[in-house]
Amino acid sequence: MGTMSTELMIFILLSAIAIASALGVILSKNPVNSVLNMIICFVAIAGHYIMLNAQFLFVVHLIVYTGAIMVLFLFVLMMMNLNADIEPQKRNWLKYAGAISGGALLLVLVGALREASLPAVQAGSATDIGLIANLGKTLFTSYVVPFELSSVLFLSAMVGAVVIGKK
Amino acid sequence: MPVQYYIFLSIALFCIGVMGVLMRRNAIIIFMCIELMLNAVNLLLVAFSKMWVDAGRIDADAAQLFVFFVMVVAAAEVSVGLAIIVMMYRNTHSVDINILSRLKN
Repeated sequence: MGTMSTELMIFILLSAIAIASALGVILSKNPVNSVLNMIICFVAIAGHYIMLNAQFLFVVHLIVYTGAIMVLFLFVLMMMNLNADIEPQKRNWLKYAGAISGGALLLVLVGALREASLPAVQAGSATDIGLIANLGKTLFTSYVVPFELSSVLFLSAMVGAVVIGKK
Repeated sequence: MPVQYYIFLSIALFCIGVMGVLMRRNAIIIFMCIELMLNAVNLLLVAFSKMWVDAGRIDADAAQLFVFFVMVVAAAEVSVGLAIIVMMYRNTHSVDINILSRLKN
């Protein structure tokens, strides 16, 4: 019972941080604040990964998302020198329409999945399924073809970014 | 802990991403909201992976590899997408997506 309630408390804390910073992303006027809120949100999601025994994904998420992708966003933002004064704003009724549509989607999805009968996640049960040794073995036996295809995808993305950027 | 908690958290993050796409006009913010939606789905995949491991299945690590591939595709997508946004900014000196409505004609 003691470990259970600790798990639940950590879950609630991480979820509150994630949702609050996600709201900060879409509500803050300054784009730089949005990026910083996004980084907090990603760190909270990484905390969820480590609570779910996904150690490899925790590390990759921190390095790739927080370390590379968000820094790329920050670079672009600072290169363009955007700030709250020149931030384009939608008309008010469009904003309300967007919020209501998103809230309706939330209601529908929650209502549809509330009664789903699924096995529970056992809090505090340690598995080694998320370790690099285990995942690497599966990746290089069952999923070699997608892995090699992703290298082609990266090559084409790199060439595409350079070609677009040079124009 | 019921897996429903993770489902609800993922739905909340996904819907915040949808709201951001609908409410904002800055192309970079919209792009970030798409990343947020991808991450909501990733979190749900990891939760289901843990759920099936606890239920006794041995092949549940495929879900974590799927998350890994989603991250790979997201990284490629961000590089190309940001290049497009930078080019758009260079041409129009703005990241307002309403300017792109000229593509209609």
